[in-house]
Amino acid sequence: MSATTTSTRTTGLRPIAEYDRPLWQRLLLTRETAIIALFVIVVVAAAVIVPNFGSKITMTYLLLDMFPVLIIALPMTAIIVTGEIDLSVASVVGLSSVLTGVLTQAGVPFGLTIVLAIIAGVLCGAVNGFLVTVVGLPSLAVTIGTLALYRGLAVGLLGTTAVTDFPAFWTDLAKEKIGSTGIPVVVILFIVLLAAFAILLHFTRFGRGVFAIGLSPEAARFSGVDVGRTKLILFVLSGAVAALGGIYYTLRYGSARGDNATGMEMQVIAAVLLGGVSIFGGRGALHGVVAGVLLIGVLGSALRLANVTSDVINIITGVLLIAAVVSSSVLAAIRSRRKSTRKPRLVGTGPGNA
Amino acid sequence: MSTTTAPAPAQTPERRSGFGTAFGRLARAREASIVLAVLIVVLAATLTNPNFLFSADGYRDLWLTPSLLALVAIGQAVVLITRNVDLSVGSILGLSAYLTGRLFIDLPGLPMIAVILIAVVFGGLLGLINGALVAFAKVPALVITLGTMYAYRGINVWWTGSDRINASDMPKPFLALGTAQILTIPVLTIIAVVVLIAVAWWMRNTRAGRECYAIGSDPAAAELYGLPVTRRILTAFVLSGALSGFAGVLYAARYGTINSQAGSGWELDAVGAAVIGGVAIFGGVGTVWGAAIGAVLLMTINRVLPVIGVPDFWQRAVVGVLIIGAIVLDRVLSLRQHRKLIEGREAKQ
Amino acid sequence: MWFQKNTKKAGAIIALAASAALVLSGCSSSGDSGSGDAGSGDSGSGASVTFLPKNLGNPYFDTSSKGGEAAVEEFGGTFNEVGPAEATPDAQVSFINTATQQGVDALAVSANDPQAICDALNEARDNDVKVVTFDSDTNTDCRDLFINQADAAGIAQVQVDMITEQIGDKGQIAILSAAANATNQNAWIDLMKEELEANHPDVELVEVVYGDDDDQTSFDKTAALLQTYPELKGIVSPTTVGIAAAARYLSTSDAKGEVAVTGLGTPNQMREYVEDGTVTEFALWNPEELGYLTAYAANALVAGDITGAEGDTFEAGDLGEYEVGADGVVLLGDPFRFNAENIDDFDF
Repeated sequence: MSATTTSTRTTGLRPIAEYDRPLWQRLLLTRETAIIALFVIVVVAAAVIVPNFGSKITMTYLLLDMFPVLIIALPMTAIIVTGEIDLSVASVVGLSSVLTGVLTQAGVPFGLTIVLAIIAGVLCGAVNGFLVTVVGLPSLAVTIGTLALYRGLAVGLLGTTAVTDFPAFWTDLAKEKIGSTGIPVVVILFIVLLAAFAILLHFTRFGRGVFAIGLSPEAARFSGVDVGRTKLILFVLSGAVAALGGIYYTLRYGSARGDNATGMEMQVIAAVLLGGVSIFGGRGALHGVVAGVLLIGVLGSALRLANVTSDVINIITGVLLIAAVVSSSVLAAIRSRRKSTRKPRLVGTGPGNA
Repeated sequence: MSTTTAPAPAQTPERRSGFGTAFGRLARAREASIVLAVLIVVLAATLTNPNFLFSADGYRDLWLTPSLLALVAIGQAVVLITRNVDLSVGSILGLSAYLTGRLFIDLPGLPMIAVILIAVVFGGLLGLINGALVAFAKVPALVITLGTMYAYRGINVWWTGSDRINASDMPKPFLALGTAQILTIPVLTIIAVVVLIAVAWWMRNTRAGRECYAIGSDPAAAELYGLPVTRRILTAFVLSGALSGFAGVLYAARYGTINSQAGSGWELDAVGAAVIGGVAIFGGVGTVWGAAIGAVLLMTINRVLPVIGVPDFWQRAVVGVLIIGAIVLDRVLSLRQHRKLIEGREAKQ
Repeated sequence: MWFQKNTKKAGAIIALAASAALVLSGCSSSGDSGSGDAGSGDSGSGASVTFLPKNLGNPYFDTSSKGGEAAVEEFGGTFNEVGPAEATPDAQVSFINTATQQGVDALAVSANDPQAICDALNEARDNDVKVVTFDSDTNTDCRDLFINQADAAGIAQVQVDMITEQIGDKGQIAILSAAANATNQNAWIDLMKEELEANHPDVELVEVVYGDDDDQTSFDKTAALLQTYPELKGIVSPTTVGIAAAARYLSTSDAKGEVAVTGLGTPNQMREYVEDGTVTEFALWNPEELGYLTAYAANALVAGDITGAEGDTFEAGDLGEYEVGADGVVLLGDPFRFNAENIDDFDF
């Protein structure tokens, strides 16, 4: 539900409002387009201003660095669209990274290790989903709890030791590039996942259910969407993809550690919200999210190349996130004020949006 | 699971300033149970190693360690009660701690009390920024404070760089504050308790405090009823920022060394402490007492684990289980309460 | 038309960021050489060396970088220091990658993990970046040289000597280390254990705890140690962050003077604890000299004077001549003991 919905009676006003503009406007004047344009501007500006930014290797490193964030942002988008949130993803990355290390150390064949680590991720997601849907707890509180729990398990299993001995075939694969293009092989995996999530979210009944839940869980339930099952599936997907991110992280950095990817959940959520997904649920699209992730990545990469320390990157990330959300909220309020003479009132947001 | 307890005698409602409601009883039971948990934990640790309680340092640390987190958790609880969340508390703490150190170094003539006040006001201002963005732009606090968490921490690292403030940079009397004791109780703990009592009184007995609960319970109704929602939310965030700023000052006194990472990760501990203490994350429920006791439980468990022989790597896992346990428990209790009320209503008909 | 405003606003931020980046990159003397070019034109003949410590904001590395900068100035190169806020290997990888992209001549790294940053370092070397590790080594096959501050045996020996002297060669001691997978820490601790078993039968090492080179963690770990082991006689902390935190805890506790603290620390951090009697003696090498030697070694590699083979010799400015030992290791010298008599002669 958007912040500007005036009262429960006018729910559903916004989707209609979207269709009162011509098609080209609806395609071009969106938050997603704005963020993509911003991304392009940053890339061009960086290529002109920052020395060495234009080289092929920059893109290689950028994609290698951002890969886990890119893939985890996909299920996170769907979860935020339903009005929930998953703060435990980075801890699942850490836990699956540790499991990858522990199992490899125990002599389990690596193919099986991957399967087991992903199963662990599915279980982590299922626990989140169970607590949110069956027990009926707010996802924010649940995933703050599981953030600590999964991270604790990860750190507990390995202590502060690190496993650093992985089959060379796999570690090379994680960093392999496609021919001489400089594009990492893992990008293929990302594109497959992106296609899968894009179809799931934007072209299936399940995806329409996801958006319907975000707009109004009650209405979705009455129109035949199984709200609980939908959310449970999304949390499980989120866990599985995060586990995949953990396996990649382990191979890319050649070390399984309990503190791997600490704080990544913030990066993912910042990127998703930057990409035009509404924290109130019900609105968002994957192309904006991908642009959001890449924007954060490019900013970081360009600033590092210009010898700007990481703290400035954090300031910019924070300010961008606030600016994106506030500006859209304020402008939407102005627009709706122009439309209706009645003053908009804030309706209580769903539990996940505390 | 059958409820074997005898049905509560609903004919004699206690009359104690509206706090004798079933919900008040529930809340009090909740806080009592956490106090009990703390006592059990301390007892277990003391049985394993008498020094945990009966050495001078052990006794002192028992009081001292939770004091800082308790301050932050109190502010966090007020924000949570208004159905918001403040993720920037750790960054505010870090910035205020560094500001404290810088004031001592750059303005050596400044009296201690002025430094403390400046840092508290500074924290309050950072909280005001959060509150203004949340209240005026009508954007969820989660997003705003996630952004300011990044931005404040970034500013902190930018300002601090690779500098760090050492104990020798700060005046001795100020550092003594960090470990001083009055009647065996550390000064920091006394400060935390005074703040706790003040905020608890404010939340319980003033109009502004009660309105925070009303806003958290049902924002739409509060708005319709004409409560000053914007002002109350601003107040909550300013309070949370000021208390984090204050905790930053005390952090400087207690630890003596401040680098750019001071207080990182505290936001989750603060939210965790409040949630364990029975403050609901969707607003309107809980007390600052609960949050403070939750902080005591969290920090005490952190200290107990190594003593009873659990490698402290498992510490975070225990915290996670506690948080999940606490919210599941609340859910179960409130469902049962709900059922009871319905039964009571049907019995009357 | 909200999106226009949005892009305007965001555009302003980007412009700001870009100009900030420009200003900052203008200020920091970065080696803006075209990729692969050796050295930048405006800085004489020396190499461009980027220092990558375990983390920034660590006084020990601030000192070593100071030495590195002094050396780079002497041979007319360009100096730069980058690093993560948290001492983790994955954070270091992105900085190594950045240095690779910038095409600096040499990278001086203190590794957070011997194996994890190897691939990134080797990629850098494939792009003609010379890699010198200092303070904490990586696997030998992913660097050209390792500048060793002191050999492990010497460091372990001096710490065992100090603690056993201070507790009268009898009683319980504990070790407060950095992270459990810090290469150098673990090597020293193993040697200390051997030395204790061999020559100090009455000294019992009760526990090794890890403070992660984090001040607060080390402080709290010290508190836990004193509670868990009431009979504890001494704490050895082979890390500058740990020893300062342990000394600070002890200086305000009842155990002051009862429990000895020693290990590796810097004079400036430890000065007040030596003065107030919490600490009798501690040891360290001079990190400034370590950074200085590292920079000179990097310069010699870039100039082609040495290759990292055993027996190569190079001049390190004021420090004189050094020789490369086995496995491409250069040894700085023996650790130095600081105590009340000599601590005032030092300022780092």
